[in-house]
Amino acid sequence: MGKLRGNLLPPALAILFSALLCGIALVVSGANPLRAFGAMVSQVGEGTTAVDIVNSTGVYYIAALAVAIGFQMNLFNIGVEGQYRVAAVVAAVFGGSVALPPGIHALAIILVAAVTGALWAAIPAILKVTRGVNEVISTIMMNGLALGLAAYLIRADVFGELRGNNIRTPEIPSSGWVPGIPLGSSGTVFGLVFLAAALGIGYWVMMNRTRFGFELRASGESSTAAAAGGVSAKKMILVAMLLSGAIAGLVSMPEILGRDHTYNLNFPAGIGFSGIAVALLGRNHPGGIALGALLWAFLDKSGLALDNVGVSREIVTIMQGAIVLSVVVAYEVVRRYELAAEQRRVGRQLGTVEPVGGAA
Amino acid sequence: MSSSTSADLPAAIGDPEGPPAVVLSGITKRFPGVVANSDVHLSVRVGEVHALCGENGAGKSTLMKILYGMQQPDEGTIDVAGERVHFRTPADAIKVGIGMVHQHFMLADNLTVQENVVLGAEALHGIGGKARKRILELAGRTGLSVDPGVLVERLGVADRQRVEILKVLYRGAKVIILDEPTAVLVPQEVDELFATLRGMQEQGFTFLFISHKLDEVRAIADSVTVIRRGTTVGTADPKAVSSRQLAEMMVGSELPSPETRESTVTDREVLRVEGLALVAQEGTRPVLDGIDLVVRSGEVVGIAGVEGNGQTELVETIMGMRRASAGHVVLVDAEGNAKDLVKLGTLARREAGIGYVPEDRHRQGLLLTQPLWANRILGYQTRRPTAKGAWLDIAGAKQDTQRIVEEFDVRTPGIDVAAAALSGGNQQKLVVGRELSGDPVLLIASHPTRGVDVGAQALIWDEIKRARAAGLAVLLISADLDELIGLSDTIKVMLRGRLVADADPNTVTPEDLGSAMTGAGSTSDAVAALDTPVDEEGER
Amino acid sequence: MTALAEAPLTVVPPQRKRKIPGWALGMIGVAGAIALLSTTSYLTGVPQLTSTGTIQTAVRLALPILLAGLGGLWAERAGVVNIGLEGMMIMGTWGAAWAGYQWGPWAALIAAAVFGALGGLLHAIATVTFGVNHIVSGVAINLLGAGLTKYLSTLLFFPISHNPRESPAVPKFDTYSAGGLSDWLGSLEADQRVGISDVAGILRGLVTGVSPLTMLAVVFVVGSYLVLWRTRFGLRLRSCGENPTAAESLGVNVYLYKYAAVVMSGALAGVGGAALVLNPGNPGYLEGQTNGRGFIGLAAMIFGNWRPGGLLGGAALFGYADGLQLRSGGKTFLALIYGAVLLLAVLVVWQLVRRRWFAAATGIVAAGLLYGVYYSVDEVPSELTAYAPHLVTLVVLAVASQRLRMPAADGVVYRRG
Repeated sequence: MGKLRGNLLPPALAILFSALLCGIALVVSGANPLRAFGAMVSQVGEGTTAVDIVNSTGVYYIAALAVAIGFQMNLFNIGVEGQYRVAAVVAAVFGGSVALPPGIHALAIILVAAVTGALWAAIPAILKVTRGVNEVISTIMMNGLALGLAAYLIRADVFGELRGNNIRTPEIPSSGWVPGIPLGSSGTVFGLVFLAAALGIGYWVMMNRTRFGFELRASGESSTAAAAGGVSAKKMILVAMLLSGAIAGLVSMPEILGRDHTYNLNFPAGIGFSGIAVALLGRNHPGGIALGALLWAFLDKSGLALDNVGVSREIVTIMQGAIVLSVVVAYEVVRRYELAAEQRRVGRQLGTVEPVGGAA
Repeated sequence: MSSSTSADLPAAIGDPEGPPAVVLSGITKRFPGVVANSDVHLSVRVGEVHALCGENGAGKSTLMKILYGMQQPDEGTIDVAGERVHFRTPADAIKVGIGMVHQHFMLADNLTVQENVVLGAEALHGIGGKARKRILELAGRTGLSVDPGVLVERLGVADRQRVEILKVLYRGAKVIILDEPTAVLVPQEVDELFATLRGMQEQGFTFLFISHKLDEVRAIADSVTVIRRGTTVGTADPKAVSSRQLAEMMVGSELPSPETRESTVTDREVLRVEGLALVAQEGTRPVLDGIDLVVRSGEVVGIAGVEGNGQTELVETIMGMRRASAGHVVLVDAEGNAKDLVKLGTLARREAGIGYVPEDRHRQGLLLTQPLWANRILGYQTRRPTAKGAWLDIAGAKQDTQRIVEEFDVRTPGIDVAAAALSGGNQQKLVVGRELSGDPVLLIASHPTRGVDVGAQALIWDEIKRARAAGLAVLLISADLDELIGLSDTIKVMLRGRLVADADPNTVTPEDLGSAMTGAGSTSDAVAALDTPVDEEGER
Repeated sequence: MTALAEAPLTVVPPQRKRKIPGWALGMIGVAGAIALLSTTSYLTGVPQLTSTGTIQTAVRLALPILLAGLGGLWAERAGVVNIGLEGMMIMGTWGAAWAGYQWGPWAALIAAAVFGALGGLLHAIATVTFGVNHIVSGVAINLLGAGLTKYLSTLLFFPISHNPRESPAVPKFDTYSAGGLSDWLGSLEADQRVGISDVAGILRGLVTGVSPLTMLAVVFVVGSYLVLWRTRFGLRLRSCGENPTAAESLGVNVYLYKYAAVVMSGALAGVGGAALVLNPGNPGYLEGQTNGRGFIGLAAMIFGNWRPGGLLGGAALFGYADGLQLRSGGKTFLALIYGAVLLLAVLVVWQLVRRRWFAAATGIVAAGLLYGVYYSVDEVPSELTAYAPHLVTLVVLAVASQRLRMPAADGVVYRRG
């Protein structure tokens, strides 16, 4: 009971606080915040917005899971951004250049994406394990390199082709597509949204019921205690990073196999960083991440309605940034409060006013 | 000023001339769930060495943190030289002439001695040449002969302590708090420290000396105040009371003794370490060099050594947390099968039958924010009853945690509370209970009773003795020489990464061990030097 | 930002011999770099490597990296990891453009510093007061910085520039040249004599068309060194990054110093953003203009081992690679690869002398591979040259990370009491 409160209260407060902040910003810039928020909410019923939100939630969910695996052991995979981009290019090039039976083709593309993501993540992982290079810096650098590599690979004289003003990889034949669920004029739900859900369930089982999940959490809590308990830090780093990279590789699959069928210059950027925000918001819990991803997708897609009421839709980005920052602060404050409450409770139940000097 | 709350104690020592240096009255300090100090009274005369005695967890450190301005009391007052003071930060305490030498040294490794000393007191002599001159001048008093420009990371334990004292002197402190200053020193170094203190006492310095080692208190202190369960039980003249009386004041009964009665040593080898070596960096002196060691079933082998001579590394190399650069670690299991573990990882070594009580329970023994039952799994994540194959057995883990809680008297409201919520002694009981689960053939215990209360200490000693009687082989590392001598069947002395001497615990004294530990050579028949020559290279 | 694997040893390391002083090492490095460039320029026949224009562009591009790196240095010396430099830099670019197009370049600098400092203040509140993980807070600030500037640009720039992603044109600083000296060096450079012309070209690039911003940056580097290593303020600040508990026990107000350091860090990153906006090559603020330079600044700081001198070297290297690519394109850039081969050859000989066979063998293989690249392609694709700093950073970290020495308590959340 108290636990649930501890988990739900901070994000609720953070969202409220951020909404208030943005409301004030809107008032200062001369807009009506209530009208703006109203427009966002009513936008959900318009056109394909609801379906877009669901699709987008799936994508953010996968990205956040990739980040969360690393977070569980205090490994900061800032490189999801680069991993999904490289995986997308390589998978799109692969998918567009092979002929395989339907189904198997799509499966092969997904596999290639996961392996590519894992390989791209393997570089910082190996650097950390063998040379002690901090993964934050190395993955940031890998993100830069990923941009360069992707731009190079889709050059018309490498693997890409020129279409009007756009450069893209060869189109994946329909045998490699993953059909969605058409909902008429409301749009089409990506088939791979269900992959996201399956990944979430697998993630929960792994973290809570398996030895690997326990070792991952133990490493995150205290690397020294984990080492004394026989958990090999190097192995955990390697496995966690590869797993994180593999999942990151899947981020763009719903869109590429479900809609675009190619990688082009309009490829969405920044999903990796949104994934970090969503993972923080959901506190690495699969359910929490789902809610976080939904919120993020809602803000993204409904924000489009703001232009109609004369408000710049970038206010949504501010709101997202404010939510992340205030939610981590709120979690930290609540965590500290709860630890003290637990110590008080233990003290009361033991009837101690037994002094615990030195350590206290 | 000082008041006795217990009637059967010797009368409080009066104060003939002038106001006392420090008077604490009615100090109370609460933390979540505990009251660390309640109604504490303490009066320290000018120019005396005043000992503050109490067992681990009695609230000594909290009291000193209050006197040094690191924490604020909830109730009570502090008077320094007759004037009422209120400290909000250590800076306030420093201003009125109070200084503190912390038990865990407060030094920045990557700064020089000079930078460490002048930090926070730059206003006195700047941070340049003038400060350097002043430091060299003061260094003479503490016997520190070191270039102020050298990085602190290059200093040994005793020198670091001198730098700490130097810091206090540099600020012109007249009242100096020494928090367990002898914990990390060997007896010879303790003597040197005491000589320094006496010299400074003659120059008018006042000392507050915190300790739970009663013989040391009797050797140096002019008066002693005893604190028990957060409150002062009285002040006494250490010359007029016996150690036994002091102990009874401290814990309400006689102190437990680690003494083991009869030998249970068998001739069945359990652990055989051969030529074990560890080289941290190519081209440097090895951290471990040619270690040969045998532990037999039913035997406790103690390793004595000054901190930083490779004991930590020895344990971690035997446990597989560090890769040995040469040598073998052979473990013989209950069926008599010998197996070389040197290529295996830590988990495999644990599975082979090694239990491991690490030296720092907070950093290495426990997952502090996890519930007790999750802590039971740590180190046993591949074995029943806490796991089945790749899957955790949470029900099994909870059940076995409950067993440990009952058998080892872990005081907790339940097994779902976070480990951090327990007191140090209860945390350590949990760790020891866990490591004696799963039928180990060998227990490696690093400082198993460091920083725990006497109740937990007695229980842990009893459990180790019981397991030993049942045939467990134990490798014991401890800085507490009484514990080492009391529990061990054989003692080996470690110096600069080598085992340099054997000692017989039946006849050896802490002083003998101390001189062997510092490499001063054997002074007694109880210590027999091994034929490995002491590495003179280290003297550079 | 290194370390993992095994716990530090508890034994005391032996006394190390006195090393060559830092300034001498710097001089040797500069001399070596010039020698390498002029040799490469001679052997590959690419004079652009040391031309005045290249150096001028390099200096301009190095400035933002250098200033961001200095920002990182201040924060990390006080023990706060600042991944948020990028976001603070973005806020700086916006502030510079907003104040700059209205009141000129000096106002731009001040506004940029203020905006960056606000970002720093936010980071300090989160990490110091609330004890949030430094990386997490940094990432959040990057998101927030980007969002805030986008919103403000749409709100305030769009009505004037008619482009929500761009500010109105911002006036630049006048530049100054060392008149006679510059001309004399110019004639020397034109002679095309090996060595002398190269040195002349480099020097001329450094004294021609110098913006006050460049001079200011030099002052900042020297000033940061003096403040951090030669004053009591600096000693206290650094002690917070090495052992905050010890500092607190000596009466240092750790929170206060951390706040000061992180706010200063943000201000410097903001000025770094202003350096982008005030670069004569740019009209003003452009969305996405920083393009990860905050991160590169951080990399330059690590490259420089958390020291101002080393940071200067890192920023110069990255700025140079950037400038060469921008100025002369992929063909010239290829010459740099040749230069890298030469450098590796020297290092291999050095390792052979020290009898480090493994290191030497690795060097030979790497040099062989690089030479293969040099031999087989005509130019480096422009898509990849822009990310040369990223690659260099990875290589440097991989090779030298164990020798780098970051502040002991860097990135550790400190709680009082």
